[in-house]
Amino acid sequence: MKVSLKWLSEYVDIKLTPQELADRLTMAGIEVQGVQTVGGWENVVVGEVLAVTPHPDAERLKLATVNLSSQQLTVVCAAPNIAVGQRVPFARVGAQLIDGHTGEMLTLKPAKIRGILSEGMVCSEKELGISDSHEGIMVLPSEAPIGIPLGEYLGDTIFDLDVTPNRPDCLCLIGIAREVAALTGEEVHLPEVDYQEEEQSIDSLISVDITAPELCPRYCASLVTGITISSSPVWLQQRLRSYGMRPINNVVDITNYVTLEYGQPLHAFDYHKLKGHKIIVRRAKNGEVMTTLDEVERTLDENVLVIADEEKPVAIAGIMGGWESEVTDETTAILLESANFDQATIRRGARHFQLLSEASLRFEKGLSRELPLVALKRATRLFHELAHGKVAKGVVDVYPGKLEPEGILISAEEVKRLSGLDVNIDEIVKVLTSLGFECRQTSVPSQALIFSPYWRSDINCAADLVEEAVRIIGYDKIPATRLSASLPEQEVAPRLELREKIRGIMVGLGFQEVLTYSLTSLEKLRKLSIELEPGALKVANPMTKEQEYLRPNLRAGLLAALATNQKVESGSIRLFEIGKVFLPQPVIATPSSPSLRGAQATKQSPRAENELPWEKEMLCALLSGPKASLSWRGEKGEFDFFDAKGVAENLLQGLRIAAEFKPGSDQNLSPAESAEIISEGDRIGVLGVLHPKMAQAFELDGVVCLIEIDMEKLLSKPIGQREYTPIHRFPGVSRDIALIVDEGTSYQQVESIIRSFPLVTEVTLFDLYTGEQIPQGKKSFAIRVVYQSPDRTLTDDEVNQVQQNMLDKLNQELGSILRS
Amino acid sequence: MLQQLEQIQKQASEELEKINDPKELQLWKVRYLGRKSKLTRVLRSLATLPLEERRKVGVRGNEVKNILESSLAEREKILEEARIASSLKYKKLDVTLPGQPLSVGRLHPVTQTLEEICDIFKRMGFQVVEGPDVEWDYYNFEALNIPQEHPARDMFATLWVDAEVGGGKARLLRTHTSPVQIRLMEEKRPPIRVVVPGRCYRYEATDATHESMFYQVEGLAIDKNITMADLKGTLFEFCRCVFGEERKVRFRCDYFPFVEPGAEVAIECLACHGAGCRICGYTGWVEILGAGMVHPDVLRRGGIDPQAYSGFAFGMGVERMPMLRYGIDDIRLFYANDLRFLKQF
Ligand SMILES: [Zn+2]
Repeated sequence: MKVSLKWLSEYVDIKLTPQELADRLTMAGIEVQGVQTVGGWENVVVGEVLAVTPHPDAERLKLATVNLSSQQLTVVCAAPNIAVGQRVPFARVGAQLIDGHTGEMLTLKPAKIRGILSEGMVCSEKELGISDSHEGIMVLPSEAPIGIPLGEYLGDTIFDLDVTPNRPDCLCLIGIAREVAALTGEEVHLPEVDYQEEEQSIDSLISVDITAPELCPRYCASLVTGITISSSPVWLQQRLRSYGMRPINNVVDITNYVTLEYGQPLHAFDYHKLKGHKIIVRRAKNGEVMTTLDEVERTLDENVLVIADEEKPVAIAGIMGGWESEVTDETTAILLESANFDQATIRRGARHFQLLSEASLRFEKGLSRELPLVALKRATRLFHELAHGKVAKGVVDVYPGKLEPEGILISAEEVKRLSGLDVNIDEIVKVLTSLGFECRQTSVPSQALIFSPYWRSDINCAADLVEEAVRIIGYDKIPATRLSASLPEQEVAPRLELREKIRGIMVGLGFQEVLTYSLTSLEKLRKLSIELEPGALKVANPMTKEQEYLRPNLRAGLLAALATNQKVESGSIRLFEIGKVFLPQPVIATPSSPSLRGAQATKQSPRAENELPWEKEMLCALLSGPKASLSWRGEKGEFDFFDAKGVAENLLQGLRIAAEFKPGSDQNLSPAESAEIISEGDRIGVLGVLHPKMAQAFELDGVVCLIEIDMEKLLSKPIGQREYTPIHRFPGVSRDIALIVDEGTSYQQVESIIRSFPLVTEVTLFDLYTGEQIPQGKKSFAIRVVYQSPDRTLTDDEVNQVQQNMLDKLNQELGSILRS
Repeated sequence: MLQQLEQIQKQASEELEKINDPKELQLWKVRYLGRKSKLTRVLRSLATLPLEERRKVGVRGNEVKNILESSLAEREKILEEARIASSLKYKKLDVTLPGQPLSVGRLHPVTQTLEEICDIFKRMGFQVVEGPDVEWDYYNFEALNIPQEHPARDMFATLWVDAEVGGGKARLLRTHTSPVQIRLMEEKRPPIRVVVPGRCYRYEATDATHESMFYQVEGLAIDKNITMADLKGTLFEFCRCVFGEERKVRFRCDYFPFVEPGAEVAIECLACHGAGCRICGYTGWVEILGAGMVHPDVLRRGGIDPQAYSGFAFGMGVERMPMLRYGIDDIRLFYANDLRFLKQF
């Protein structure tokens, strides 16, 4: 909200500099986001137009004689709106002005226009940099003192305030004035609200009935007749303009002006258009239709509150007036409404009709029920004063929702307990009083009973009062202390530890961590051939199609990230992400850890048919491009299945999780080059080469390897558990054997037989060979086996014996032959 | 015998001087000092000699053995030095050739920042816990004093999983990490001292300063006698750790529906040092986090007596910190996952 300090100073004396005041307000909760200075017009003064005559040689130009108090000057002017008697901004030679056509800054020089010397000019708002208006000259209020510098008269400082939603009372000048007064120890000067009334009582002219008191706690109105619709005084127009409001006519302008002053929205009806001279505040009927001011026909329902006359709705309460009862140039009598409406109804309605009006935005924040009458009187006075209206005697005031004020106890101890600030009750009472609170003594000396001023709807408990006291005293007075309370019991956090450990290992293996969006698109999921169930988790109001579905895996995001990077990086790319995927809750309870228990249904929460999704943590990693960066001694070749497997093995070894690998059948992976990772009979992940179809769908180049591990499964394993065995004291004996086996025989089959023999401590495959010297349909494994005993040095004979038995068994079970 | 010994010594010494190869040296050792060498044989045959001669030959024999052994050691040393000297000669490297490239992995800057933030609070006795990304309206709004149609809902443009209905029953993507406050209070009794890192979501058109997804770290401390002074002290300590001793910090009144009194912490702008620039909106300050004393209604909903206990809560945006520190002017870079960006952290 913008606030003119010049205008503000009509309600409170401001002795601080604008910057000091801005700092005080900001510290106290009303942030000044911007301070704009208006003015600085050198060589521009207030002038009075004494005479306007036609230019002798140019039809469209005029000669204006302007009184500058000390002198009179005649200048050439083209503005159509110039008239005798106006006060105008007059620029002398040397003034810095903005060119109305080019927008450039220029210095005014004497000029001969069609033969007449012009030493100065009458300016438009645009030329002064006040607004974009360049249709005519700027006309100043008639009380502008002739001859004084314009800056002295119009100069101002504008604050841009961020008023928090709890303080609708601060969305107006008087509200800000109250804050300034409390912060600087000044008094608030309220405007005049009294006016002269006519003989006839308002009650004989209009009747008001509220049939939905739960939605309309109060309805006030006054009646003004004998009005002539015209433009409002220049000073008032100017003030509205400085708030970015377009002046319309005296009626609309006055209601807007009072809204800016008091924060209470007002609405004027054309009295003669109200059928039966009746106002009924009621819920709309389902299907009822009305046309609003913006000429849109709207269908209403019973959740909408309307202001109706005897026949039909004439306004959607608090949101927008009706087209038919609108004030027009022919209007001579108005019914001025100042009411209080239920904030939730207004908020819902305004969003339903997409009519976020100045009025609705105020009502939905919850205005004071005491405000309507005050604001009504102020506006009525202005109608009398500025529009020369005749005011019917009395006002309508239907007030079914009057609240009894409730006192709240506050004590110095409570202020200390919450704020840590040591203040005595007198100081607290002084501060609260300055904010308009009524403070009563109680039997306890350090305590007071506090009643809120009518404009504060946000004070409901002692904590609210503590804030009030402390923010005026100053948050900078609060000491900064260290927590002295006892430490809670330390809890183990296996999930966090696992995550940190995995991150460390992956980074150590050369992987860059990425974080991709939790929301993904249907298109991406389709690329992964994911069958979406009818109840697939998605956002009801997605911002874009790109972010609509809650990701059921990390693959889509990661593959897209890889595609982005492949476009700019030709070397090897290793990416990984650890993140949550969102799945329907499994029927059988899955193991949950304390830190994620939220994802599982808990007891107290108010849930109905739905439940929260299962937020499952996953690890996904991708490898693409050459094995090593380009180098003069670099390793050649692209990443392949075994690089991915190596990563998985290293990771699992790092976590001390035993795992085996079986051929897999993941639909996103190449059928021949995919594996499942099994630990203790449990599938904990998959890995393999991305299916060429996927690579194509995601626009990826070359071989892409993928590793995916289910972190929830890992969490169920005894991670990091290890058994200590003493280091062997006796030397081991290593033997290399080369075995020829059938192509279909897996290495695992061979290794498990070798490992089944006693004394075998290490088995390492160091060559796999097919080709020359090996029969068709066979392959050769070269394996190093280490034999070792914990209690003696092995003899050659002993080792030979074991090895012979081993070879026999391999031959019997797998048909393998020792290659000579 | 003695003559034989003299001859052995002479011959061995002459041969030894000509040896330049370690292998030959070994052979020489076997030949003159080995079990089957002449010298050994002489020494073994001592027993057969008469006593007088045995003593003379024995003394001389051992002398010869010692001489040969020390000559051997000397020769070995010379050969070893020669070998080292010669090995140095030809291994002159071009040290300017690039080293073996090893792949370097890094954590995402947001992860690094999260770790940094959590570590600071861990040192102050806070424990790290987490909560779900998909939440009930109840935890995200209602229990935090933001009922349906409350104007503060405008502060949180929400991505809904279900259509917004009354009673807190709709599911949504949490708009802040604050719902974890209620979840914790439902489960734990004071003292509570936790930080909660996590993803948050907003229904928001993205631009340089807005993302639809971002990270927050929530803090919550509840016990007897916790005051706003403790909050201020804790947050100032945090700012000191992150932004340094010199950085000015501002603690001002602000509004969040679930705290009372409420506060905001801002630091002096890192770019202009308080003079005012585009980054700080010409105010000289940049907001770092929102905070306050847990609202008594929120404590009550969490089953904690607000008369007996008090507590503070705070919530901070995570991306903001690296943005300020490194002058990153577009928040979208964090989730675009371009390696050219990520590798710089
Ligand atoms: Zn700055």
